[in-house]
Amino acid sequence: MVMIFFDKLGRKIVSKLESLGKFSLFLVEIVRWLFVPPFRFKEIFYYTEKIGVDSIAIVSLSTFTTGMIIGLQLVNILRLLGAEIYAGAGVAFSMSRELAPVITAIVLIAKNGSGMTAEIGSMKVTEQIDALETMTVNPLRYLVVPRLFASILVFPALTALANVVGILGGYVASVYIMQVNKVYYLKEMYFWVDPEDIWSGLIKAFVFGIIVTVICCFNGLNTKGGAKGVGDATTKAVVISTISILIADYFMTYLFISIFLRV
Amino acid sequence: MNGDSKHIIRVENLHKAFGTNNVLEGVDIQIEEGKVTTIIGKSGIGKSVLLKNIIGIMKPDKGKIFFKGEDVTALPKSKLLELRKNMGYLFQDAALFDFMTVEENISFPIIEQLKIKSRSEIKKRVAKLLDLVELPGIEKRMPSELSGGMRKRVGLARAIAVEPQVVLFDEPTTGLDPILAENINELIMMVNKKLSMTCLVISHDIASTFRRTDKVAFLHDGTIGFFGNPDEAVASKHPVLKKFISNSFRPLED
Ligand SMILES: Nc1ncnc2c1ncn2[C@@H]1O[C@H](COP(=O)(O)OP(=O)(O)OP(=O)(O)O)[C@@H](O)[C@H]1O
Ligand SMILES: [Mg+2]
Repeated sequence: MVMIFFDKLGRKIVSKLESLGKFSLFLVEIVRWLFVPPFRFKEIFYYTEKIGVDSIAIVSLSTFTTGMIIGLQLVNILRLLGAEIYAGAGVAFSMSRELAPVITAIVLIAKNGSGMTAEIGSMKVTEQIDALETMTVNPLRYLVVPRLFASILVFPALTALANVVGILGGYVASVYIMQVNKVYYLKEMYFWVDPEDIWSGLIKAFVFGIIVTVICCFNGLNTKGGAKGVGDATTKAVVISTISILIADYFMTYLFISIFLRV
Repeated sequence: MNGDSKHIIRVENLHKAFGTNNVLEGVDIQIEEGKVTTIIGKSGIGKSVLLKNIIGIMKPDKGKIFFKGEDVTALPKSKLLELRKNMGYLFQDAALFDFMTVEENISFPIIEQLKIKSRSEIKKRVAKLLDLVELPGIEKRMPSELSGGMRKRVGLARAIAVEPQVVLFDEPTTGLDPILAENINELIMMVNKKLSMTCLVISHDIASTFRRTDKVAFLHDGTIGFFGNPDEAVASKHPVLKKFISNSFRPLED
């Protein structure tokens, strides 16, 4: 019994290590192709539009709502202290540093990351990836690199949009619904929020874009076994990339706070 | 280099396993230049795996594959890609890119491999290839709008688009009606005779391929159990091959 357990455990560890090794090789190869021309501008443009433009509405809706929620909560709490005019600064801080990049990333994982895995995965199980190779086209270069470039553009761009929309949401909730004085609200916001707050969020978005794309494409390329395999790979990619961006967020936050975000 | 120039492809002692599933266990086969060689064998015996090893999208565990005397398994990746320009591959399920139109599918190897940029030149070539497979005018359709047989023919057009020296056909006729299957077989002969491409064909359609093919290879238990002319195959004493062939010709009994 015990032996069987250890045997199974051993196998599991070996297979995990194997996929980790594969993943590392994948990363190395991607990095290599990133700098090799010709760049496939047509594909980059296509994916930028697909990932970016089509997600504007849903990202705006999600972050506007989040901004409103944060606005309500902050005004509600700060009112106890008679400090509700600081709600705007609070909304702007939490949006720019954390919520805009994270919520944008989560929306994009659900909407596009899953799509990347499913598209590439179904290509894999129907031998389209093999077909690319027989026509001397490197699948990483053709399918992954353009998506990566697109994500590097789109994640920060949509996060910037999310900042604006989220802060607007907070303003609407605080000023129009909770009747906070709008002059003081804005004044405190401008006073407290620095460009670093915005930058740190955009850097996070940039890193999230890379993490999500790499994980989702890797899972797609390693899909096995028909339509069910595609479903499994997609679920796995969504779960792993969501957890990964949160973990990465923690470390980046720690880093930024110790370098330049101390207020 | 490696002896006779008659053989464009030579496979030596090829081994391939997936985990504990030993699929190929020492395959030796030589493909004559300019001829049609047909590979037959039970379903799941490793025919597709053999073809994938030959074109290099699967790596053998052991053994050598020579293309025009050059050991493909020892080539660096860049050289391998260069070499692949000499081969076309029709996948068992066509493997058309499902996010592209028929036209984009067929022009893909023309653009990527031949580096042809002129729109009109590409259009002309695509139209000609579609004529060849008797599907003129379907340029703008998506693969999902085609029947299985149409997909296969588009796949065939894509496989021969760059006029490779060797074309590997993985079951080009399976799942087609008899008339269409006959057309495809004729098409392969045409590719072989007119365009003088070497053809390596996997087929379950023994009755009709035997009439045309130059050589037959019977894959069995991980090795080539028989290799020779169709006549010799029919006369072969190999017990499994005998059963295999007689079943294909036997009329239905009660
Ligand atoms: N990528 C793979 N991973 C694991 N096993 C594989 C893979 N490809 C093929 N196999 C296994 O190799 C064996 C041979 O498969 P192959 O597709 O070559 O059969 P085949 O002779 O072409 O059969 P069919 O006539 O049905 O197409 C099968 O047992 C299959 O499960
Ligand atoms: Mg097969």
